[in-house]
Amino acid sequence: MAGTRDAVVNADKDQMMRNAPAAERTAHGGLADAALARRMRRRGEESRFWWVVPTIYIIFLMLPIYWLINMSFKSNQEILGAFSLWPQNPTLRNYSVIFTDPSWYKGYINSIIYVVMNTVISISVALPAAYAFSRYRFLGDKHLFFWLLTNRMAPPAVFALPFFQLYSAFGLIDTHIAVALAHCLFNVPLAVWILEGFMSGVPKEIDETAYIDGYSFPRFFVKIFVPLIASGIGVAAFFTFMFSWVELLIARTLTTTDAKPIAAIMTRTVSASGMDWGVLAAAGVLTIIPGALVIWFVRNYIAKGFALGRV
Amino acid sequence: MEKTWNNKAWFMVLPVLVLVAFSAVIPLMTVVNYSVQDTFGGNQFFWAGAEWFEEMLHSDRFWAAMGRNLIFSAIILSIQIPLGIFIALNMPRKGWGVPVCLVLMALPLLIPWNVVGTIWQVFGRIDIGLLGYTLHALGFDYNYVNDPFDAWVTVIVMDVWHWTSLVVLLCYAGLVSIPDAFYQAAKIDGASRWAVFRYIQLPKMQRVLLIAVLLRFMDSFMIYTEPFVVTGGGPGNSTTFLSIDLVKMAVGQFDLGPAAAMSIIYFLIVLLLSWVFYTVMTNYDVEK
Repeated sequence: MAGTRDAVVNADKDQMMRNAPAAERTAHGGLADAALARRMRRRGEESRFWWVVPTIYIIFLMLPIYWLINMSFKSNQEILGAFSLWPQNPTLRNYSVIFTDPSWYKGYINSIIYVVMNTVISISVALPAAYAFSRYRFLGDKHLFFWLLTNRMAPPAVFALPFFQLYSAFGLIDTHIAVALAHCLFNVPLAVWILEGFMSGVPKEIDETAYIDGYSFPRFFVKIFVPLIASGIGVAAFFTFMFSWVELLIARTLTTTDAKPIAAIMTRTVSASGMDWGVLAAAGVLTIIPGALVIWFVRNYIAKGFALGRV
Repeated sequence: MEKTWNNKAWFMVLPVLVLVAFSAVIPLMTVVNYSVQDTFGGNQFFWAGAEWFEEMLHSDRFWAAMGRNLIFSAIILSIQIPLGIFIALNMPRKGWGVPVCLVLMALPLLIPWNVVGTIWQVFGRIDIGLLGYTLHALGFDYNYVNDPFDAWVTVIVMDVWHWTSLVVLLCYAGLVSIPDAFYQAAKIDGASRWAVFRYIQLPKMQRVLLIAVLLRFMDSFMIYTEPFVVTGGGPGNSTTFLSIDLVKMAVGQFDLGPAAAMSIIYFLIVLLLSWVFYTVMTNYDVEK
């Protein structure tokens, strides 16, 4: 029968592609197996078009971003004048405005300063706490863990006004540390939850062995434990960085001029000056870059990070 | 993992406790303070009891914003969850396609929220935006600045654009954890594509789907920046969601009492949802 021979040929092909046991079973022959092989082949053909859905989706995702990049290389006359899918007269003017005008580039510096401060603070306080949660039971541990989560979930709008008054009282308004501390509200819980998820994956025997070998706790923690969860620390740092970077409401409320983040400078430009679309687009593109740069390194952990380490 | 009872672990948690108490408990106490007091300016405060809460719970404005927000969250969930599952099912399992898909799909998640707003504000404009211009050229009367329906569509499409990838990535994480043996068994039994989805893939995705639903609900329930940048809550009040309304009241009109009462109600709802999230998570961890 032609069909059977077909199937056997296909089974040979399968042997190269599929894992050994399944292919072996198919190669042993028999009519039922031949039918199975045919069905598997059909599945294989179906999945030849696997790329259609992801491609359509990715095009949908990329179009608005492309449009922003497109605009950032156009002059304002071109943006408002002729409608074109790509820049006819590409210009770097918009970017040069941002890199030469202090009121623009200082926004980036301010954002980076408070975001880095926040990341350092969040990770350094979250590390011991996450270790405690992953290794020990103590009075009120579950309530505490839950309470941390509620802060991650709390609407920033609720905190905007009280933050303003609290930091006014301490004279911290318009400083980087104010924003860095305020962002700890959601970033510390996030870091604790993510790190706890990673630490629970490290067997406890490692701790015990280290103690038997005569390591003190601080030395064990720094020399053995931290290297073991290095990827977890990287992921937690990435997410604290990211969530602080994308937040606008609190950062805008707590700053006026000296520590104003780039995000707030952008909204001001939209409302006040005569709509400099090109510069606005260029500023937008520049805020996407930090995420785009590091995303490759955390690609396998994105779901884990957003799900608070619970995936 | 078996955990040992050790109350000294409190010392390790102490820094977190102090920091979060400073940035969460003190501000929250301020809110509680305002919610039960009235002021006529200066620093003069009078006890107002539950007055503001009663006013809030009888205020049409509050319920309208709440209603809009719930409808918004419901639409968001009913689009993003099925769409996310569908895309995750069609993602490649191995080869060069995997990292490419992951990286490109995750990109919108990492864009600052106000830039997301800016992107769509520009994209949807009928004079300079690709979407608005194309729709207009095709003869649609699309204008998100004047038309409440168009404003809603724009805000929803924007949120789908921004957050569907999160559902995709979570579902994908659930799917790749299914061993090949499951699929081989299904093939031997002659299971249909639907049966494979219904009895193998869906049960295995249950946990991540729950996380996805809860996270998406929470975040859409407190959405602020993106619709604020695109529509500013308008036209009229048509896209004024809870957070936008709250900020308008607290920072714009400086109505501290009602705003504080609203914050407390808002926070209690979020607290309840967090509790659901936490219970679901810990139950799963115990089963595991």
